[in-house]
Amino acid sequence: MTEIVANQTPPILHGPTEKEKKYDRQLRLWAASGQAALESANLLLVNSGPGVSGVEALKNLVLPGIGRFAIYDEATVGEADLGVNFFLDQSCLGKPRAQCVTSLLCELNPEVEGAWYPNAEDVTTLESTLATSPLFTAIMYALPIAKDTLALLEDYGRRNRTPLVAIHSAGFYSYFQISLPGAFPIVDTHPDETATTDLRLLQPWPELVEFASDMTKDIDNLDNYEHGHLPFVTILLHYLEKWRETHGGANPATYKEKIEFRTLVQKAARTNIPEGGEENFDEAAAAVLKTVVQPSLPSGLKKVFEHEPKKPIAEGSSFWIVAEAIKGFHAKHDCLPLRGSVPDMKAQSKVYVQLQNIYKAKARQDAAEVLETAQSIAPGRHFDAAEVELFCKNAPFVKLINATEGDESESNLGAADRLREVTAQEFASDENAELTLAPLSLLPIYLALKATSHVASASADEILADVAKTVPGANDQERVVQAAQEVARAEGGELHNIAAVTGGMVAQELIKIITKQYIPVDNTCIFDGIASRCQVLRL
Amino acid sequence: MASAQAYPSSEPERWKYLDRIRTRAGPFTNDGIFDGSMVAGQMDKMKILVIGAGGLGCEILKNLALSGFKDIHVIDMDTIDISNLNRQFLFRQADVGSSKAEVAARFVEQRVRGVRITPHNCRIQDKDEDFYMGFQLVVCGLDSIEARRWINATLVNMVDDAVEDSYTPLIDGGTEGFKGQARVVIPTITSCLECQLDMHAPRAAVPLCTLATIPRQPEHCVEWAHVIAWDQEKPFPELDKDDPAHIGWLYQKALARAHEFRISGVTYALTQGVVKNIIPAIAATNSVIAAACCNEALKISSSCAPALGYPDDNYMMYSGNDAIYTYTFKHEQKDDCPVCGNLARELDVDPAWTLGELVESLAARPAAQLRKPSVRAAGKTLYMQSPASLEAQTRPNLERTLSDLGLREGDEIGVTDPAFATVSFKFKLKFTKKS
Ligand SMILES: [Zn+2]
Repeated sequence: MTEIVANQTPPILHGPTEKEKKYDRQLRLWAASGQAALESANLLLVNSGPGVSGVEALKNLVLPGIGRFAIYDEATVGEADLGVNFFLDQSCLGKPRAQCVTSLLCELNPEVEGAWYPNAEDVTTLESTLATSPLFTAIMYALPIAKDTLALLEDYGRRNRTPLVAIHSAGFYSYFQISLPGAFPIVDTHPDETATTDLRLLQPWPELVEFASDMTKDIDNLDNYEHGHLPFVTILLHYLEKWRETHGGANPATYKEKIEFRTLVQKAARTNIPEGGEENFDEAAAAVLKTVVQPSLPSGLKKVFEHEPKKPIAEGSSFWIVAEAIKGFHAKHDCLPLRGSVPDMKAQSKVYVQLQNIYKAKARQDAAEVLETAQSIAPGRHFDAAEVELFCKNAPFVKLINATEGDESESNLGAADRLREVTAQEFASDENAELTLAPLSLLPIYLALKATSHVASASADEILADVAKTVPGANDQERVVQAAQEVARAEGGELHNIAAVTGGMVAQELIKIITKQYIPVDNTCIFDGIASRCQVLRL
Repeated sequence: MASAQAYPSSEPERWKYLDRIRTRAGPFTNDGIFDGSMVAGQMDKMKILVIGAGGLGCEILKNLALSGFKDIHVIDMDTIDISNLNRQFLFRQADVGSSKAEVAARFVEQRVRGVRITPHNCRIQDKDEDFYMGFQLVVCGLDSIEARRWINATLVNMVDDAVEDSYTPLIDGGTEGFKGQARVVIPTITSCLECQLDMHAPRAAVPLCTLATIPRQPEHCVEWAHVIAWDQEKPFPELDKDDPAHIGWLYQKALARAHEFRISGVTYALTQGVVKNIIPAIAATNSVIAAACCNEALKISSSCAPALGYPDDNYMMYSGNDAIYTYTFKHEQKDDCPVCGNLARELDVDPAWTLGELVESLAARPAAQLRKPSVRAAGKTLYMQSPASLEAQTRPNLERTLSDLGLREGDEIGVTDPAFATVSFKFKLKFTKKS
């Protein structure tokens, strides 16, 4: 009996699992795919000094469920640690700092595994930590750091293509710098929804043309309800047709013509009705300047098309092959694969859904063409159709980070030259800051902190002497002198708030790099806790 | 130039990093107002209030305790939910259902020796002006605009030119996804949260006729289930947005409606998101914004470096979606701010409108956003939301047009809303013709 009753009740709809409930607020940002990437990641923090920024970053990564983390830190917990690091308490005094922090961080999320080194057993050096641990997805290290330790990490990063993040925080100042192991493309950049409208009104395909002309062929005789519910896409297509009839077959191209065209659309709205106007015609008029446009190649995608990967494309990752296929699509059709989404607009439900399906079908067709081209570029390679579709959908927003750098890291000379070049640019733009109302450069903060990359603390004079060596002349700039004094004031100490700001930003960046979603910093972010602002520079 | 001498607090070794900065001047310190020898003693005695013990609140409590504040109060009426655990790091699985304020206060007190944290497990509106007068600084980490506006109005109203202590700086943080903002308000002196209200415009509501007759988006189906189907069928006595059975009912209704109109995309998560107006939130962004707020609290309390607020920048906007971008600027105070300004704000109205239409329009306007407004003009009460007897008496006015009610161009009306304490929003009517 009970079985029969059970069979009669409708199936229980799938509610969220416990895990989905716990991670609900973040799944809305990076979805299950991003979460899976986080959960399979393994991070290392190599800590030194007060070392609070890196611990704060780990807190922000343990909470959303990073798979595993490890801390390498040779310090034992002292009294001063308790005044600045939240993941230590009274009972930790005199114990290894890596051990205590790891244990209190693990309390935040039982699903996360934590390890600490050097331990008293087998792993007593950074070298053995790197040699015996499962491959690290990314490594953070706190500055100041000993030069030979840094060399070890850089070597590991080169060999395993592991992103490295350097973090330096002292007093009110901090910066972090990301070293990626080569060009880093991102497809799922999460552009602003309002920026993604792609209706292809100037290059409509037959199914869309037919649909629109079908709806508007008798436009003046439609009853008020139907007229007031024509989707704005069909209104624009109809009046574009009309426009071309009187303009030698050309579309409105100049700003002036578009304004004229907009007026034409506005005037076509019915006003002798109880509402006094028509919402769909308002929508159509409002969309003219944004949607009646010839598509142009966005700069981010242009960079991808122009980038020359080291390996032949057919041997590289599927990203470069699909990019090449889309480049071919663009050359052939003079537009990108259709995004396939339709913004909400006044329309009857059935009509709107039909319109949606026409756009979706075309998007699928474009993606299928790209997939076919990709297969012809790399015969025998398997491509995930969903991946190709996502790429096509996001093509205008694809971004290439770290693009100008070759696969091998540059020599130190190259980096030093670039720093001098950027310094000159920044100081030059500061000269005009009063005119342009632009905020002053934060590069002086970077220069002052960088001067203490390998020493626990330094006086302002010592900092300026070091700056003079790396960027001659910069040491005379008033703002560099002030930054040096401010860094000296901290004597290598961290303020908890600045560490938490920095650790928050670093965690955001690692989430973006691990999930390959949103757009990471390229490559240095400087924070000024006195002015409360950031600046990102490529150094 | 940095002076060599730091003035240690009672536990010099423990707080040495902090004391180096807060008790001695740097190159940007204003020597006219800074006295390093006094800082530790003053901060020991300061009373500071934290509003909200959620994602930002947990971070704020941690940060203040590690910034040298010793007497911290925290107020929050919420209990801990499982979906808090991905960022509210003072709470554990076993705490689900307990008071946020109490658990958070106990945790930080135990972790950081020497700090006292007093929890208040109640609504901010349950406390009176005397309570708020007792604090030298308020740090706010809320996800509700209404609660922010209430505390902002309360702190501005508290200002008495004759009493120096009556200016309580308000530091406010907010986040959404990878974005957020931190701002400082010196009540009546600088732009207040109400002056900045139009920076947080509400999402446009979907017209009822769309929900009822021509749904097109999955959200329309959910709103239909929420607004229309629930009222018609009343499956439970009252909608509890945290009850999975209630959300499940709405989800099934929305799904059936989507099916009928061939709309795809209705999921449980979407249903919950629309009904509860869920804002995505992560630990990393809370970490940035809360610490930016507490950094200002430290600078304001010690004068060891220039802080946001007065005279220049008072607002930091932060975005982490596309690299990292901050925009730090001075938001100007508005003369016609209904809370801190002296002038009535102009309100475009159509004289042919009924009072009911005016009342409705107040909810939708980005610069007003008043949901339950009561309206007075020239000493006359035109409409009162409560008590019920007054509501019944004034309800017929809702049907009358503005001109019928004797309102003229340039007339000032006063609008109150139970969500905003005793503030009366002043508007000056500006007649516009019907479009
Ligand atoms: Zn104001």
